[in-house]
Formats: sequence, structure tokens, C-alpha cells
Amino acid sequence: MLEFLQQLINGLSLGAIYALIALGYTMVYGIIMLINFAHGDIMMVGAYVGFFSIAVLGSNIFAALIFAMLSCAVLGVLIEKIAYKPLRNSSRIAALITAIGVSLFLEYFTLFLLTPQQRVFPEAAFPLHKYQIGGLLISNKDIFIFALAVILMIALQYIIKRTRTGKAMRAVSLDREAAILMGISVDRTISITFAIGSSLAAAAGVMIGIYYNTINPLMGIIPGLKAFVAAVLGGIGIIPGAMVGGFLMGILETMVSGYGSTLYRDAVAFGVLILILLVKPTGLFGKDTGEKV
Amino acid sequence: MEKKRFVPRSFLIEVLVLAGIFTLVQYLIVSGLLNEYYQINLSSMCINIILAVSLNLINGFTGQLSLGHAGFMAVGAYAAVVVTTIYSQPFILGLLAACLAAGLAGLIIGVPTLRLKGDYLAIATLGFGEIIRVILQNIDFIGGPAGILGIPRYSTWPWLFGLTVFTIVIIVNLINSSYGRAIISVREDEVASELMGINTTNYKVLAFVIGALFAGLAGALYAHYFYIIKPSTFNFLKSFDILVMVVLGGLGSTTGAVIAAIFVTMLTAALQTFPAIRMVLYAVTLVVVMVYRPQGLMGNKEWGRRTWGRIWGEKNEPLANK
Repeated sequence: MLEFLQQLINGLSLGAIYALIALGYTMVYGIIMLINFAHGDIMMVGAYVGFFSIAVLGSNIFAALIFAMLSCAVLGVLIEKIAYKPLRNSSRIAALITAIGVSLFLEYFTLFLLTPQQRVFPEAAFPLHKYQIGGLLISNKDIFIFALAVILMIALQYIIKRTRTGKAMRAVSLDREAAILMGISVDRTISITFAIGSSLAAAAGVMIGIYYNTINPLMGIIPGLKAFVAAVLGGIGIIPGAMVGGFLMGILETMVSGYGSTLYRDAVAFGVLILILLVKPTGLFGKDTGEKV
Repeated sequence: MEKKRFVPRSFLIEVLVLAGIFTLVQYLIVSGLLNEYYQINLSSMCINIILAVSLNLINGFTGQLSLGHAGFMAVGAYAAVVVTTIYSQPFILGLLAACLAAGLAGLIIGVPTLRLKGDYLAIATLGFGEIIRVILQNIDFIGGPAGILGIPRYSTWPWLFGLTVFTIVIIVNLINSSYGRAIISVREDEVASELMGINTTNYKVLAFVIGALFAGLAGALYAHYFYIIKPSTFNFLKSFDILVMVVLGGLGSTTGAVIAAIFVTMLTAALQTFPAIRMVLYAVTLVVVMVYRPQGLMGNKEWGRRTWGRIWGEKNEPLANK
């Protein structure tokens, strides 16, 4: 039982990271029906920006976090303007292939600039403390990641439910034409969605840097895919679904590594995806809508 | 009306051209004029053509975006190697085993996933491709993550060239048959073709299985050319490699897939020492092609008998009258 609780705690911080990435997937999908394949790589860029602001500029962890979030927000908007906007009316396969292209570009351009070498996230920025609570081992990293993720999620929920921008985002995702007729600037709303989603990914990137200690240019692929699975699990396009899906994926992954084999860790994520797509493609929180001709 | 020939002149020309290419290269290899470096690239070219043409059947003609082609290649490669290297059977049996195993894998994966559409299908096939890789990594019988070494080099030029031509002929003929038209109708409008009485699921699975089968064949050729296979060779970046060829050539053009496969192989060889730049170029190519020429270099046009016929002045009746 104690071990189970321990795994659960480990899973929660990993899940928080997945949930943050999944939110970006789900928001973008909700608004332009595109799986932003590059999302995991935006997270990687965020991790690198965080790394450099700590290691080179010597900023503290919070400044690094904010810096990473801001620069990735700009990056997300740029990607949308350059690569996705011209394809808004073309086939979904074309958009998806473009997204794969952007993803490869971010990965290998970073690889080219910064070499494939792993970088160790500076330990000094976040000294590790472990607390023993009733036989459970909890580190300050776990608490930091979990608390920060929850704060960001509450902030996101506030933006979406309580602000005019959030209202515009909901309107565009519900019916783009009607939103235009109501005087909503669709381009601006899509840009804001990308900015918010990418900054959440950047925060997740810095968290992954803290969580795993090392970063490399290809680190975004696997967490990105898993977060996508999390978004599908919760019902893609549904924000609370992405949060729940993210936590479920994180917990499931630590359970599989804890009780089974780490080798099958990545296969399990895809197994879940295929299972959910076959049993309930709309996800846990999704409603069934019939196919329209 | 022109007299009907038993064998069209354009067909004879095709055969002659192919035989010419084959003999020329065979002569260059035997006489030692073609060094190892060029031979390797020529072999990669053949393997890439098989991969691109078979993926184009799924992605281009059927319109089902699959990102797991490297997985089928892996199944084929391992099946062939188990037969030839572990059980020391002849190469032809290995090739058959590769096709069977990869086709079977295609069937097992295709039946459940092809109910999905577009993005979901892409991710599900990507997932299956990765699952195949993880499973291969965990089987000790076939070497686990280290893979299998010391595979005999059976993939000689006649095999490579012959099977490449075989793949193209089979797939082109499939596309030009009534099956092919049904497959294309699924791409054009799934709902409409269903209303016309086409069992869309069957045709999607058929295209998927045939595509997977040829990917397995390419995998077998690959394994028996490069002496070594390991699961990490067949990760999703390999699938993206093949996707780049198909997209560049034009979704739905076999000619385009062949040209793009040749071009991409040459590019890869030229940028051997700068792998990162190669991938950046790939990425930029994907985005630029999608934004400015989403139909790819060739669109859905083909160079075929009709083009040869035009060049040689042979009159072709319109397809509809045949």
C-alpha cells in the first residue's frame, strides 16, 4: 500500500507535466482542428530557454520560467502565422504533414545549433530536498511541479471562463463563421490560443528539466506524444478532459514502470491511445456527435 | 482506326529500357567500375522506391495517412532474417516470410485502426509502429535492443532491381484495376463511395495490407544488404523519411514517389556527414511543399505508357473507350 501511494505521488508530478502539455494540444485542436505535432518541440524549446536563462544569465527558477513562457508564446504565434495560417482552408492531411514538418524543423534546427549533447539542468537553481512523511518520500521538486501546474491550470480556467478573450476562444471553437459574424477577430483569437498553449508547454518544459535533470533536442517527442494521448483520453478539445487525462497518463506510466517493466513504458501509452480510440473515440469527457455529410 | 497490336509498342519500349538499365548497372558492378559507395546508394534507392511506392498506395491513393510504415518494414526485416539467418533457409523463403508477416501485421493493425479517420489514424498508426519496435526490443530470441548481426548479403542487384520493378508493376496495375478505382473513390469522398455500394472498410484494409506487405519486402531487402538490423533503425523518423518522399513526389502519383525516392536518397547520400542539416532540409521541404504546392511535384499525374506513347507517336484511345 505504501509503495502504491509512493508511486501515486511520483505519478502526480509527471502527470501534472503531461496535463500542461495536453492542454496546449487540446486548445489548438479545439480551435482549428489540427493536431499540433510541434507542440512537444515547443516544450523542448521552453526547456532550453529555461536552461540558458539559469545557466548563462544566472536568473532564478521563476524568472527562467517566465522568460521561457514568454519566448515560447512568441514562437507559437510565429509558427501559426508562418506554417499553419496559409493552410487553414486546405485538407487536414496537408495541415498535419505541415505540423510534422514544423516538428522536425524545431528538433533538428536545435540539434544543429546546440549539438545533440545532453545538458544537465543546473542543480543550483533548484536544490533538492526530500521530506519523509509517514514513510513516504516527497521531494520539493514534486511539490513545486504539482503546485505550479495547478496554479497555471486555475489561471487558464479563469482566462477561458471569465475573460472576454476566453469567451472569444470558446466562440471560435464552437462555430467559427458565427464568431466572425459576431465581430470576433478569428486570427487574433487563434494567435492568442497558440500563445497560451505554447507558454503552458514552455512551463512544462522547464518542469521536465527539473524533473529529469537532463535536456536534449529530441526530448520533446515522447512526452509530446504521451500528452497527445492524454488529450485524446480526456476527449480532445475539452479542457478539463486534458487535465484529467494528463494526470491519468502520468500515474499509469509510473505504475507500469514501478510494477512492470520500464521497457514497456512507452508502449503502454500507445496501447491506451488505441484502446480509447476503439472503445470511446470521443474520450472520457466527450459527447458523441453524429457524422455530418 | 489503327490496327490493334498484340503487344503495344510502348510496352516493348518499357521492357527494353528496363532491361537496358539492368544490364548496364549489372555490367558496371561486375566490371568493378561502380565502387561500393555508389552500389550502396543504388541499393538504398531501390529499397526507398519500394517503400515510397507502397506508402503512396496507403497515403496517396487511399488517402489514409499512415505514419507506421517503418514498423511494417521492421516486421518484414525480422521475419526474413529469422528465416534466412537463424533457420538458414534460402533467401526466397525469407522474402516470402517477410511479405506474409508484414501483410499479417498490416491486417491485424489495419482492421481496428482504419475505422479511425485522419488525424486519429495518423497517431494510431504512429503508435502501432512504435509498439512494434518496443516489442521487437523485448524479444531476446531476435537479439533484443542489440538486434541481429552477421546477416548474409543476399540482396544483390538482380534481386533489388527485379523486386523494385515487380512492386511498381503490381501497384500500378492495382491502381488501374476496378479495385484501384474503388480505392481512389474512398480518397475522393468516403461517404459518396459508400453510397455507391463500395465497402470502404474492405478497400482501405486491402490497400493497407498490400502497402504493409511491400514495406515488409523492402525491410527484408534492407536487412540482407546492410548485414545488421536493430529495432532502433525502424523508429518513427524512418516512417517520416518515407513520408517525405511520398509528399514530395505527390500524394497519389507512383511516378512522383519513384522520382522523389531517388532524389531523397541522393540528397541523403550528399548530406551524409551533416545529418542535422538533412533533417532541417526535410522539414523545410515538407512545410514549403504543403504551403505552396500541396499536391507535390507530380500532383497525381503519371508518366506511363500514355506518355511514352505520345512521345513515340502511338495513338491512345481515351481510357473511357477501353
